[in-house]
Amino acid sequence: MSKDTLFDKVWDLHKVSSLPGGSDQIFIGLHLIHEVTSPQAFGALKDKNLKVKFPSRTVATVDHIVPTDNQSRPFKDNLAEQMIETLEKNCLEHKIEFFNIGSGNQGIVHVVAPELGLTQPGMTIACGDSHTSTHGAFGSIAFGIGTSQVRDVLATQTIAMNKLKVRQIWCENKLSNGVYAKDLVLHIINKLGVKAGVGFAYEFAGPAINSLSMEERMTICNMSIEGGARCGYINPDEKTFSYIKNKLCAPKNENWDEALLWWKSLKSDANSIYDDVTKIDASKVEPTVTWGITPGQSVGINQKIPLLEELPPDDQFVAEEAYEYMGFKQGQSIKDTPIDVCFIGSCTNGRISDLRVAAKVIKNKKVSQNVKAFVVPGSEKVAKEAKIEGLDKIFLDAGFQWREPGCSMCLAMNSDKLIGNQVSASSSNRNFKGRQGSPTGRTLLMSPAMVAAAAISGKVTDIRDFM
Amino acid sequence: MIKKFQSPVGPISKIVGKSIVLIGDDIDTDRIIPARFLKCVNFDNLGQSVFEDDRKNLKGKHPFDLKSNKGSSILIVNSNFGCGSSREHAPQALLRWGIRAIIGESFAEIFYCNCIAIGIPCFTLPKKLVKNIQENKNINNSLCEINIQESTFKSTFFNFDLEIKNSSKNMFLSGEWDATSTLLANKKLIEKKINDLPYTKFNQSNELFETI
Ligand code: SF4
Repeated sequence: MSKDTLFDKVWDLHKVSSLPGGSDQIFIGLHLIHEVTSPQAFGALKDKNLKVKFPSRTVATVDHIVPTDNQSRPFKDNLAEQMIETLEKNCLEHKIEFFNIGSGNQGIVHVVAPELGLTQPGMTIACGDSHTSTHGAFGSIAFGIGTSQVRDVLATQTIAMNKLKVRQIWCENKLSNGVYAKDLVLHIINKLGVKAGVGFAYEFAGPAINSLSMEERMTICNMSIEGGARCGYINPDEKTFSYIKNKLCAPKNENWDEALLWWKSLKSDANSIYDDVTKIDASKVEPTVTWGITPGQSVGINQKIPLLEELPPDDQFVAEEAYEYMGFKQGQSIKDTPIDVCFIGSCTNGRISDLRVAAKVIKNKKVSQNVKAFVVPGSEKVAKEAKIEGLDKIFLDAGFQWREPGCSMCLAMNSDKLIGNQVSASSSNRNFKGRQGSPTGRTLLMSPAMVAAAAISGKVTDIRDFM
Repeated sequence: MIKKFQSPVGPISKIVGKSIVLIGDDIDTDRIIPARFLKCVNFDNLGQSVFEDDRKNLKGKHPFDLKSNKGSSILIVNSNFGCGSSREHAPQALLRWGIRAIIGESFAEIFYCNCIAIGIPCFTLPKKLVKNIQENKNINNSLCEINIQESTFKSTFFNFDLEIKNSSKNMFLSGEWDATSTLLANKKLIEKKINDLPYTKFNQSNELFETI
């Protein structure tokens, strides 16, 4: 059993009681909600005649269903309109802060909370969304919850949960040029497998992690869930603190000093005990691309799609399904795969640094004729910053579409969808069958720089040949 | 006026009501609530859509449409009831139609867990006994009472013992099935916790957190 890790410390701090059934009652410091998983929870409160216990500890935004072309209300899609209206109504009724479209602070929930300074070290954070693990980049313990738990957090600010085990993933050395956080996390998921994290919190540590920027760290923690871990985190350091400083909801003045003092005391002890430790050599990671239908099915850009017999027996069944669905042959190279759609965005890679990297790649170049490429900033703040820096213009000049913030084609709950069996190069996090809106659509996950390179060349390309 | 729907809360020890018989093995959650009803902002309207496609096919002859079954709350089913997709919408639809307990030969596991989570106790009985009950003409004319502590079913026409897992039984009797209530019971501890957390203090100056 783990001991003295950051996870243990934060868990113990937030433990309200041990429940008779064997789980712990855990206090949730920050609760984030969006339009898809919250309405039934509010409905359940009403049915039970309950109030929101601490309304100021819940913050709402709207992201999944928002159209990214025309955001004027009412939305064209009736159901989308009904969902945003319900959220508006619930937030108003229960006095919950809601960052609506046009507020300047709307966006994908996991992009918005950190950029507002809501996400802070040592907190427990929950949201009815599996990518809540993103917030662990700040040394908070953050996890996705189901609708019934959203109800419980609203009603009690606590949930019943079994304590997770802790696996440290120690990343040695440094990423080489042209290799990004996305490549590292895809590589980790490939090495450990998509189910390895079940029952675990992942602590990402080591020199390669320390040298990442906060936004890159978010990319890593974001995809913990793709590795099966409900929660992923990184011990906070100076980069963490300076990222938070001066953000809208960051502690101010003497409160800042007090916060800093506490945050600095928060990390896994040097002699802490983990349930498991795994080592990864970051210098060996190549630009990585998924070829299959799970985020674990990836290869380095210069490697071949694995032969069936090279895979562990447990992975062979889904590999066969993947060859067939994706239209790839075993042993084929991933490089030069023609691409139809390029998508830069999502809570994994829709932040300003992602847009900067992509813009640098495409500057003064043109999107290949066969490709439809678009950029969906992760939030209104990201969009604004990008415009100030002139990135929107670089994208538009190259032939990208520049859209309004939202989840968009990460899961295609709006009208941004693949058509037929189009192949997309996507900076998002899931390549499940049908994920991007077409039941036969095919998704290749990669870093934003690689998506940008694919947009220009019309096929999967090694970003390092572009630099 | 339609009576406002009220979810079960707290300890459940007794269910009183009329019984409704639904015959068939392997009735899956897709039949209980078809997939198109999952696109919703609440579970409120699911009650009227329960078994929608089956009911359409039977044109008023489905048990959930028969006048004699109106207002029933104890559902009697056969084996592997609730198999298929894990949607919580299925038990929610039954609950909202008025079902408060289910008796059957066997249940699919996820469905059974979902039922517990929303306060519907499920009991099992041997095949033969279920058949006897289902064939009894008077079943929907009499008021029945399920006593969870004693695991008994009583009515004017027959009395019999029910089977329920001990752990489930205790959850209903103590109210622990209802996570919200269990958590709320520690109200004092929760309030103490929020005051003890370092960050609730140093975040007090910012607008969002100030109303704590
Ligand atoms: S961007 Fe994608 S993964 Fe992230 S919250 Fe939205 S839908 Fe979920």
